[in-house]
Parts: sequence; structure tokens; C-alpha cells
Amino acid sequence: MQQYRAHVLVCGGTGCVSSGCHAVKEALLEGLKTHDLADEVLVVKTGCMGPCDMGPLIVVYPEGVLYRQLTPESALRIVEEHLLKGRVVEDLVYRTENLKPVPVLEEISFFSRQTRIALRNTGLIDPESIEEYIARDGYLALARVLQQGDPEAVIAEVKKSGLRGRGGGGFPTGLKWEFTARAPGQPKYLVCNADEGDPGAFMDRSILEGDPHSVLEAMAIAGFAVGANQGYVYVRAEYPLAVQRLSVAIEQARRYGTLGSNIFGTGFDFDVEIRVGAGAFVCGEETALLASIEGKRGEPRPRPPFPATEGLWGKPTLINNVETFANIPPIILGGGESFASIGAEKSKGTKVFALAGKIRNTGLVEVPMGITLREIIYDIGGGIPDGKKFKAAQIGGPSGGCIPAPCLDVPVDYESMAELGTMMGSGGLVIMDEDTCMVDVAKFFIEFCKDESCGKCAPCRIGVKRMLETLERITTGEGREGDLELLEELGQQIKDSALCGLGQTAPNPVLSTIRYFREEYEAHVRDKCCPAKVCKALLEYRILADVCVGCGACKKACPVGAIMGERRQPHEINTAVCTRCGACVEACRFDAIVR
Amino acid sequence: MKSLQDLERIRLKAQERMRVREGEGATKIAVGMGTCGIAAGARDVMAAILDEVAKRKLADVTVTQTGCVGLCEYEPLVDVILPGQQKVTYARVDADKARQIVARHVVNRQIIGDWVLARS
Repeated sequence: MQQYRAHVLVCGGTGCVSSGCHAVKEALLEGLKTHDLADEVLVVKTGCMGPCDMGPLIVVYPEGVLYRQLTPESALRIVEEHLLKGRVVEDLVYRTENLKPVPVLEEISFFSRQTRIALRNTGLIDPESIEEYIARDGYLALARVLQQGDPEAVIAEVKKSGLRGRGGGGFPTGLKWEFTARAPGQPKYLVCNADEGDPGAFMDRSILEGDPHSVLEAMAIAGFAVGANQGYVYVRAEYPLAVQRLSVAIEQARRYGTLGSNIFGTGFDFDVEIRVGAGAFVCGEETALLASIEGKRGEPRPRPPFPATEGLWGKPTLINNVETFANIPPIILGGGESFASIGAEKSKGTKVFALAGKIRNTGLVEVPMGITLREIIYDIGGGIPDGKKFKAAQIGGPSGGCIPAPCLDVPVDYESMAELGTMMGSGGLVIMDEDTCMVDVAKFFIEFCKDESCGKCAPCRIGVKRMLETLERITTGEGREGDLELLEELGQQIKDSALCGLGQTAPNPVLSTIRYFREEYEAHVRDKCCPAKVCKALLEYRILADVCVGCGACKKACPVGAIMGERRQPHEINTAVCTRCGACVEACRFDAIVR
Repeated sequence: MKSLQDLERIRLKAQERMRVREGEGATKIAVGMGTCGIAAGARDVMAAILDEVAKRKLADVTVTQTGCVGLCEYEPLVDVILPGQQKVTYARVDADKARQIVARHVVNRQIIGDWVLARS
């Protein structure tokens, strides 16, 4: 057996693929070949390691040194310096805010503050190698469960763990399994919901890309527990890398006998197929998803009956989200109680968040439930860049809401989030700074829901559209007294009457921003002004006469000829012609133009 | 795979291969891989050490490399650091000596005095 003295892990998540990790990997291989190190150093492509803004990134073991923002050239330097001569290349390692180099991954606060259960293997193993998964105790949970042969014991363990659905709803997973197991009717089906659609969310994608076997193993365990022999993974076509790695994993699992017939010689049969969705947001709603798998139009239907009793083709169906499944093998191996010791009172375990927006370390993090937003944003996320002030955190995507600065110390768990008028959601966490207009944010999400509404029920189809129209009025300076009350009333009505989760939660971003940022809405309606200077129609560009030197740069930059003035004389903007594009501000070297 | 035993077998084998990712082992062997070391045959030494470590299934041993320490005359140099002990530097190592260093020093904990250049 070939023993390598060093392993170089190249992050191959979608983020790093788009920032050029393939070229970096090629350069590494080339360099190793030139220096005759190919037999001593192993290069492995992994799934997402988390800190996406540092990509392309690699970690060199055994030292555990993380190099970031690499190019093919700098990768060659790492080969020549680190891998050949054993010297850490200091200028390529991670640096803290005060520029102190921190070469070792475990000492970087982004990693050291996390608790990784669902992401235990992501970024650490080659997702296309079942053997690396097995080395990390993969398929051991399945083997044990099958050998014990007691489905009820499995369900009891999951119930004991307190695990709740990670797709957003937070329904106790063990109960769902129990309902499906007890439901009369054969055959039973199993579905993994990988139709992650929230803007800014990429937790499930990263798990499928980085550790697909953990989902397959969990599905087989669940299949055994509820008595299903066929599983489906419903994943969107926009996730080609996830689909590809999952296909490889399914094929390997069949070859190694962890999927297929007579698994581990126990007589249990289970197989998984992929169903690729076209990317409609509503198909993440479970009844719409099931319709889509059946080949019908992806539209939700009223519940009950719940999928646990009447799901795919009218048969009992267990449907869980990717991250929920990824938690199952550790629960079986470590015991439900040990899992339940992590997290908050009613929200056990950890949650994966996709950090995005105005934050220094964007990327994927897994933290214990009950942690405060402040810890996530400042200790792990590194705070807000460019010295700006934190304004709000949008959690839960189009179904969630905005959390303002005064609530930063509220623990992140299902109940606390609901109290704040938002929801845990699937884990999208978009950070906004003082330059963000909350009305504009609400408009963005409502527009998203309007586009994604399937149109089956009137409250969502018409109500959400009306909310969008009202918001558009407000952001273009046409807002009227009573608009806020109208939005609140309409929002409440939609919440109460829409058919499915999409419609019922669509007003949340609007309602929560009105709740916490009412003055900002009022400024738009009454004073026709956007305090964050985002809504273009409410802006007015002015040139400060005492600062302007009359260089003419703005005049040249203006695409509509709205700027007048003689050379060396203060210029002026004709606001009737100005389209508020901001090109003049970019062009001015004297900061003479203000909004 | 047809049983838990099959899984166990694959698991142990794969774990062996991935041990490098667990971090640095307690025992460290470093080969001088500066230009001088390589010219004197450090690459064969490195290959021999890696092979010997793999063959003996030595857990908790990290094999690494270092640059030129200024004693080019004595290359290939090999440092062995056992947990809690001084660094022992061997001079003019070749593949055969390297295998013996692994066997006698790392496994049997006996320093081969004749080949030692320095202890620090």
C-alpha cells in the first residue's frame, strides 16, 4: 500500500470551482511531477471547506496549514517551498484582521468556534471515494442498525436525540419516522428533499457535494426504520456538481453493497434514485415536490393527509431534508443522548448556516443551536467589512425575516426565531450593513415569492402581487398614508389563508421589516426619502459648489447629459434629466457629489 | 461487502491511508531535502523511509522534509525526534541506513551511535 508523507486537500466546492480551484489543482500536480514528489504527496479534491471568500484554498497535512486565495503560480511556490523544502509560505496563509498570520487551520477562529456534525466530513474527504467515507466510520451506523434488526429501536434513538427537521419547519424527525412506520399501506417510500431554493442558501448543496454518502447511509437507515425499500433524492438541476457527485456515490454504494439487495447480508433491500427538478422554488414544499416526482406539475395540495400517510403515489412516504439526514449516522453511532446534549432546550444539535452578504468571512458554518447571532457574525464571520455598522440579519430566506441589531444576543433556535417574527428556515443568513434599505430588501423577497408562486391559490397569487405593487409604490416615492397598515393587514390575511408554506410565509420579510424598521418605511412614505440612499427614485444627486473644481470629469461620465457647467467653474446637475445612475459619483475625484 | 467484518476490513485499511490528515504524529522523521540533500540522494532515503513506515504500519509517525541546514557535506541528513526526547541527527544516510534507522531507532528505541552527527 502506498503511503504518502503529505496530503494536500484542495477545496472543490462550487465556490472554489468558480474561483479557479481546478487550475490550482493542475498546477499542484504539475509542480509535484516536476519536483519528483508525486509518489510522496497525495492531492485530494474535497467538498466545500467553508470559508468561500478565501477560495481557491488548500490545506496541507500533516501540518494542517491552510493556504488561501491561490493562483496556479502561488500553488507552484507552495510545492517548491512547503512540500519540497518544508517551509511554510507565510504570505499565502490566513491572516487575522491585524495581519497576524495564522497558518494552522484549527487555530483560525472561523473553524475553531464551529461544531461539525452534519459537516463532519465535508472538506476533509474526497466525496468521490466511498473508502474515505468508510475510513471516517461511514456505513458503520447502517451496518449496526441492520445487524440489530430492530426498526423501533432506531426510531427511539432518533426521538431521543431531539433532532428536528432542518429544512425550515422544525418538525421532530423521530415523530415523522414513527408516523410513517405506523401508517398502513405498502410499499412505503423515502424522499430526500434537496430542492434548496432560498436565495443565498447553500447548505444542502455543500453536503451533497462534499459528503454524499452520509445522506445515502442515512436514507438506508431511515428506509429500514420505516419499512421502505425505495428512496428518491429530489435535487434541482441548478446543482450539477451535487447531482454528479451524488450519482458517483450511488454507483459506488451499489458496487460496495451498501445500496441494493441484501445489504450486509441481512436481507434488507434499499435503493436510491435521483430525480432532478427544474428549479421551481415551490417544489421545495413537500406536497409540490411529491407531485413533481410523480411527473405532475409541481403544485402543492392541502394537508392533511400528510405525506406520512398519503405521499408518493398515495403511499406512506417519509420526506426529510438533506441536512436532517446528514445528522442521522452520528446519532446512531454516538447515541441520541449525546446528540441531545448539544444545543438548546428545545432545539438540539447543530445548525449549518450559509453566511453571505456584508460579512468578512462568507461561507459555510456549523454551530450549536442556541448560539447568539453576535457570536456567528462577529466571532466566526469576522464582523462587517469596511468599518460599516451592522444593520440587520436576514434569516430563513423568503420565508424568514430580518433581525435588527438590538436582538443580536437572542439565541438562535426554532422558538426564539419564531418569537422574533422570523423562522430558522433552512439556514440562509444574509448580513446587511448600514447601506442596506430595508424596504428594498422586503421588496426583493416579495418579488422573489411573486415570481415563484405557483398560482394555485388566490391569496398567494394575487395577494403577494398586491403587496409587491404597494412596495414598489413606496420605493418610487408614490407611497400613500395607510400603505403600511394595508401591507400589515394583507400580510396577515395571506399568512392565514394561503394553501402552502410558500404563501403562508411569503409576507414574513415585509412584516418583520415593518416591525423593526417602521421609521424607515415612514421616511419613504411621508418624507419621500430613502435613509440608506438605495431607492433611486427617492435620491437627488447634488454637486457641492464649494468643493467642485470644475474638472468636467462628471460631465464626461454622465450618460444622459444632465450635468452642466463651464470649465473651472462649479458644475450643476439637472435633476429633471438625471437618471440617478451614480456614474458621476464614481468619476468625481474630489468627493464633490452627494446623494 | 457482505458483513460488518468486510466493512471493518475496508475501514482499517482506508484509515491507515488517511492518517496523515489527523495531524502530526508524536514521532517525527525529517529528511534534509535542500538541493544539497537531494543531490546526495535524499530522495531515495525519503522513499525508503516512507516504504518502511508503511510496511511496518507505524501509526503516529510523521515523515516530513526540511531544507538545507548548512551541513551540506554530511547530507543526506535525517532527523529523528521521539516524543519527549532530543532530536537526533544522522549523517550520510542512504536507503539501507534509512530502513535501519526506522527499525532500530523508531521502533526499537535504540539510537545508532555510529551514524549520529549531532544530538540537540
